[in-house]
Amino acid sequence: MKKLMSGNEAIAYGAYLSGVKVGSAYPGTPSTEIMENFVKYPGVYTEWAPNEKVALDVGVGSAYAGTRTMVTMKHVGMNVAADPLFYVSYTGSNGGLVIVNADDPGMHSSQNEQDNRNYAKFAKVPMLEPADSEEAKQYVGVALEISETYDTPVILRTVTRISHSKSAVEIEPEPPLVEKTALPAYQRNPGKYVMVPANAKRRHPVVVERQKQLSQYAENSPLNRIEPGDDRIGIITAGIAYQYAREVFPTASFLKLGMVNPLPEQLIRDFAGQVNEVIVIEELEPFIEEHVRLMGIAVRGKEIFPNIDEFSPQIVRECAIAAGLIEAEPASDTPVPRFDLPVRPPMLCPGCGHRGVFYTLKQLGVLVLGDIGCYTLGAAPPLAAMHTTGCMGAGIGVAHGIDKAGVIDRCVAIIGDSTFFHSGINPLINVLYNQGTTTTIVLDNRVTAMTGHQMHPGSGRTLQNKETFQVNISALARGIGYEKIDEVSPYDLDKLSAVVEDHLASKLPSLIVVKHPCVLYAREKHPVPVVDPDTCVNCGTCLELGCSPLTQEEDSISINPMLCNGCGMCAQTCPTGAIQIAEINS
Amino acid sequence: MKKIDFLMAGVGGQGTILASDILVEVGLQMGYDAKKSEVHGMSQRGGTVESHVRWGEKVYSPVVEKGKADYLIGFEMLEAARWTSYLNSDSAVLVNRFRIPPPSVNLGQTSYPTEQELEDYISTRTGQFQWVEGTAIAQELGNPAMAGVVLLGALFARVGGAEDIWLNVIEQLVPIKFVELNKQAFNKGREFGLNTTA
Repeated sequence: MKKLMSGNEAIAYGAYLSGVKVGSAYPGTPSTEIMENFVKYPGVYTEWAPNEKVALDVGVGSAYAGTRTMVTMKHVGMNVAADPLFYVSYTGSNGGLVIVNADDPGMHSSQNEQDNRNYAKFAKVPMLEPADSEEAKQYVGVALEISETYDTPVILRTVTRISHSKSAVEIEPEPPLVEKTALPAYQRNPGKYVMVPANAKRRHPVVVERQKQLSQYAENSPLNRIEPGDDRIGIITAGIAYQYAREVFPTASFLKLGMVNPLPEQLIRDFAGQVNEVIVIEELEPFIEEHVRLMGIAVRGKEIFPNIDEFSPQIVRECAIAAGLIEAEPASDTPVPRFDLPVRPPMLCPGCGHRGVFYTLKQLGVLVLGDIGCYTLGAAPPLAAMHTTGCMGAGIGVAHGIDKAGVIDRCVAIIGDSTFFHSGINPLINVLYNQGTTTTIVLDNRVTAMTGHQMHPGSGRTLQNKETFQVNISALARGIGYEKIDEVSPYDLDKLSAVVEDHLASKLPSLIVVKHPCVLYAREKHPVPVVDPDTCVNCGTCLELGCSPLTQEEDSISINPMLCNGCGMCAQTCPTGAIQIAEINS
Repeated sequence: MKKIDFLMAGVGGQGTILASDILVEVGLQMGYDAKKSEVHGMSQRGGTVESHVRWGEKVYSPVVEKGKADYLIGFEMLEAARWTSYLNSDSAVLVNRFRIPPPSVNLGQTSYPTEQELEDYISTRTGQFQWVEGTAIAQELGNPAMAGVVLLGALFARVGGAEDIWLNVIEQLVPIKFVELNKQAFNKGREFGLNTTA
């Protein structure tokens, strides 16, 4: 029987079938749904870790203990988890350890489109890359076998179009239920697991030897296969690019790689010998192409296909036509005339508490050093009240650096609660320790909203939906040594503004925790405010909130009752009192 | 088995993803190889949602190629027009007569194109353009959120296949308490499609 699954669902299913018992992750698009699906299977332990580094350390411990383990993250999460990736490459994993890494070519929901195949080479660990959901399911099991056979972590790489595309997956028999016997004692082996220089020096040659053995494995593995076709063009490709290439070159010869590190050199040589010209089709960096060229084989890749943005069938086709690899299709369709359609960027939800904060900061004209989350939408017009956003946890450190550079602008750092737990605590300590004056604003809605409302250390619930300890951000800051701390609601704009002014004037390291539930999560709705068309002068002040239900009509503002959540902020901004609320919300 | 490529376009919260989940499952149950791909993540924050569904003997790419869509199903007028370059002279277009003004329109910076402008623009590629009163019909049934299933009904009137398969998949994928209402929405959409397709 076949069932449609997204790549992420298939990875979770594959992990269950292969006996993975422990999973740890920090949510990140496009990887999030893997752990959300894995938690539904019986007999598994899963958790949201505060960040990817913690998740991977947890995974390492579980694998050291001999348990099959999966850790998942998005591509930039691997930057955070890079430290443990490199040490576990040296120590080996003992139990099967698969690290699922989801890249985001095209940056659908990311700050960059780094190609994480480079991490596999950099850390000297094997990497598998599935091309559809069925392969995604199967490759998890293969990754675990490789991990245990060669004593290495294995990275399974997907991209957005694998993680978020659905295709048919063969449903397998349920895995046997394993009786829990007496728990094994941890096998102590400090010479292997304590990475002091003397031990690490002994481990590095082991890693290099392992690479050689894995190269041999790659030559004979069914993960890499030649699909014979006509011998004019031979295409080497992997992952989603294989699917696009297959559409565009239906009759060419293919070397389809399922294992992208290490690469099977003899297989590549054999393939190149069977065709007139070797073409590599891969998204982002020339990872395979450069390797093939270094082997002395004439190859073309990035001179034909771009190294930016995600591919699509038409990009592959257009580039192939331009390079003369295939004939142009007869142009039967009239070109589409130019017509500038209004764009539809995402924006903060109606009623979102973040809006009050950015509206206030814009009014105050302060420099805002931002972070990653829904609230990054505060950078978009008309709010336009965020001036830097780099990576998770960056804002507080950047604000402190600007402070120490001696600029005269008033500055605040702004960070969400999940991002604060991810990597905001260390820079908060740094401000205090180094006698900075940064005011940090934490937007505390008690959930990881951006990626779809995952739990975090402040939510009071685990990934497995068990009640748990709730970390209080103000108490945490007080424990560090912060003395100037306030908690405010974003729905009282005057009060919020006064608190921010007070903190900035104090010239002390300080913290403002803005507390409000995520409206999309809490689904609270209040009565819709009423606009009095006679009092409304249509000045557009309320539109500065950038709230989608507010629409400028010919004579006055209207509020779309289907979209409005009744938060009442627009009424507070109205200079003529034309917007009336039935009930004050806070 | 001839390949059929569908594009569904709408705004976050309109049920575009549920409708495409139904459509790809129908394809699989009809014996096609079927794939779908969509971009979401920011979609709940009022952004554009695009979903690609492909049926065929053997489907490689989960993404429809520009100029090769057989059907474009627009959940919102402006969003439908955005995908015009994916059409060819044989494509059929079904557009829900419903508008959600984007922020730039609300702010008075740009204007929302008229229905005629959008229809003319899409019709530069294909003569097979049809408005569907999806939201109005769903509203009559008591829930405008079912517009997507009305659109599926209108699509069924053109694509065909066993009606049982379509209805069974709807039953499997919509919340239990809304199954009957959604089946009604599907039937209303089918009737609409049959009555308006010459």
